[in-house]
Amino acid sequence: MSAYIIRRLLYALPILIGVNLITFVLFFVVNSPDDMARMQLGDKRVTQEAIDTWKAEHGYDLPLLLNEEARGLDKLTETIFFQKSLKLFAFDFGSSDSGRDIGYDISQRMWPSLAIALPVLLVGLSINISYALMIIFFRATYIDWGSVVLLVAMMSISGLFYIIGGQFLIGKLFHLVPISGYDTGFDATKFLILPVLVGVVGGIGSGTRLYRTFFLEEVNRDYVRTARAKGMRERVVLFRHVLKNAMIPILTGVVAVLPLLFMGALITESFFGVPGLGSYTIDAINRQDFSIVRAMVFLGSVLYILGLIMTDVSYTLVDPRVRLS
Amino acid sequence: MPVILLTDALIFLLIAVAIGFGVYAARHEHLRGPWRSVGRSPVGIAALVVIAFYVAIGLLDSLHFHPRLDAPTPAEPVQQEAAPENGAPDPGPRYSTQVLSVLDLWLTPLRERDEKTFSAPFATHLFVKEAIEQPDGSTVRDYPRLTHGGAHLKNPANRTADIVLRTLLGLVKGLMAWTLILAALTWWLARRRGETFNDCARAIWSGRTQVPWRVGLITLALMTVLGFVAAELAVKYHILGTDKVGEDVFYQSLKSIRTGLVIGTLTTLVMLPAAIILGIMAGYFRGLTDDIIQYLYTTLSSIPGVLLIAAAILMLQVYMTNNAESFESLVERADLRLLFLCLILGITSWTGLCRLLRGESLKLRESDYVQAASALGVRHSTVIARHILPNVLHIVMITVVLDFSGLVLAEAVLSYVNIGVDPTMNSWGNMINSARLELAREPIVWWSLAAAFVFMFTLVLAANLFADVVRDAFDPRLRSLR
Repeated sequence: MSAYIIRRLLYALPILIGVNLITFVLFFVVNSPDDMARMQLGDKRVTQEAIDTWKAEHGYDLPLLLNEEARGLDKLTETIFFQKSLKLFAFDFGSSDSGRDIGYDISQRMWPSLAIALPVLLVGLSINISYALMIIFFRATYIDWGSVVLLVAMMSISGLFYIIGGQFLIGKLFHLVPISGYDTGFDATKFLILPVLVGVVGGIGSGTRLYRTFFLEEVNRDYVRTARAKGMRERVVLFRHVLKNAMIPILTGVVAVLPLLFMGALITESFFGVPGLGSYTIDAINRQDFSIVRAMVFLGSVLYILGLIMTDVSYTLVDPRVRLS
Repeated sequence: MPVILLTDALIFLLIAVAIGFGVYAARHEHLRGPWRSVGRSPVGIAALVVIAFYVAIGLLDSLHFHPRLDAPTPAEPVQQEAAPENGAPDPGPRYSTQVLSVLDLWLTPLRERDEKTFSAPFATHLFVKEAIEQPDGSTVRDYPRLTHGGAHLKNPANRTADIVLRTLLGLVKGLMAWTLILAALTWWLARRRGETFNDCARAIWSGRTQVPWRVGLITLALMTVLGFVAAELAVKYHILGTDKVGEDVFYQSLKSIRTGLVIGTLTTLVMLPAAIILGIMAGYFRGLTDDIIQYLYTTLSSIPGVLLIAAAILMLQVYMTNNAESFESLVERADLRLLFLCLILGITSWTGLCRLLRGESLKLRESDYVQAASALGVRHSTVIARHILPNVLHIVMITVVLDFSGLVLAEAVLSYVNIGVDPTMNSWGNMINSARLELAREPIVWWSLAAAFVFMFTLVLAANLFADVVRDAFDPRLRSLR
């Protein structure tokens, strides 16, 4: 088992190098640091000195790949590629264009993101599974048909409208919870209710529909027929057999997104003013802070790959038919 | 003078591809069969009618031209993107630099009748108070009359009666148009089936036709009547209100249709060649090719989509600010950005299809007929073209249809984060984005949001329903579950 995990981790390395190269090309080769400086300084008639100072301040004044002036190993290390890109592998994110330590910011902002994403995942999962099971229980009736129509309709609504609608209805019309903001410790709860609610409701459409197909696939299997033939009640069949087997794809799907929970929900967080990683990213995009965006791209890929590995491992744990190879 | 923007050219290419594919599918039973069953599904037909309306508007909006400047007509560039930033380029001798589409021409009354600022749907007065000069010289703070919305009414109190009258007129006109279509369709069907007109009409009405014409016609009736009523009212009122700069929201919503459709379709068109070629190659050749291609798509798909898009769009912005002079007009710039967005969305979304195609080609490769062809010494390219490609086309089709609605929704989210289409471009995302800030007003400005919601929801719902029908028709495994 551990050998398998180690091998998978090693496989992940070339992918991360690829991601690193892509971001490097995107951020430094497509546009030179000069262009970036000009954009940041925001004037068409910026003097070359101003550009040079900006570059020196932010550490972009090094050559891209090979430093001819340095000697020895410094030829490779005193370059933008090494300083800005390779250091990401050590999770050394450097400082943002506005001078803050990105690594520190991330470690601070991770938790609010998690405080929203985790409840959304758990509550959403339980609601989606129960709803899908209910639809399956009443399959081929008007409840089934009506539910599917409802789910498709819910899927067709942009996530933005769930947020705006939730904010307006609950926060403004009924004055139940504050519209946006955040607080430390337990005081944060009242700020979290609305984003979590919006996240759950917004996910019902696609989630339940997906789980319904999982259940439908299982319901027509031979072992289910056997169970019915033995005279088991439908309720027992559903809970003991169908649910258990359909949990395999559901759980492994959940495991894949677990690491990404740290990244937070981009739109939700910035709408509700939650100081998580999602709003961090959005702010960075709006302020055109390239360092942060680059760091988040790398972090996101790491977490995604971690999720893939965890999925594969969890398959082997949940489903004895799958062997490690 | 016609102008062909980059996206326009690609749209025409897309139509050509679609027609070519339609002809191909009609000749091959394994593709024609499923499409026929799509045509027999009531939901599919209803969705198709709705989508057809959107596509028609989108196409009208894709025929661009420079309007001719006739001497007397004051071609005032009404807050059109007539490039105030470019330092007002002097109008050419005969053609304006402004880029308009056929839809703009058609909607000229909507486009040019701007108010000062917000006004509610069907309002006759502005939404905010202003100092109005009375005839006697004194000034009063009150809601001024709109310059265009309901300006034909002498007494604003008669508004309701006027609206009802116009609605009825639109209703009658719409029903008349629909009846014409109905008659034409029945006549055509009757001729094809060799029945009398009356028999055919009865068959349609009682739903006894194979293709559910009745459902299609009812949807069509709904859409035509809605369209005619809207047209009738829009001439005199701002039926969806006006936004902050006084632009008609209904016009904006209609213009946004093209953006949504372009994002939804061109993205797929852009990614298809790469996904198909690489996917099939990986599955068919295996070995090193497979490894490289797998590495490529795993790497790309491991970057979170939004972040990759953000990074790429940021880079494009850097490029555009530094090369601002190379774009002739803002429209062109916005168009390039739209195309670029499609490209990036394509890059983030081709990996899924590529993976599916790889798996399928791996399976097909081992099938008897491919083995036989290889044994007979048929070249790889021929085997792929003749045996593999036709057998994976259904996967391609399902993906194209399934992706569409997701992409339309993605546009809104991306525009909200400012990494979507150009802010000067009409799009539902931009409408939501600018209207969002107005929610804090009291009383609230809801119409921009509502308009974007209704237009988007209708399109995405229709697309989702249609995609379901297509998937059920093409995927035999799912069909057996029913």
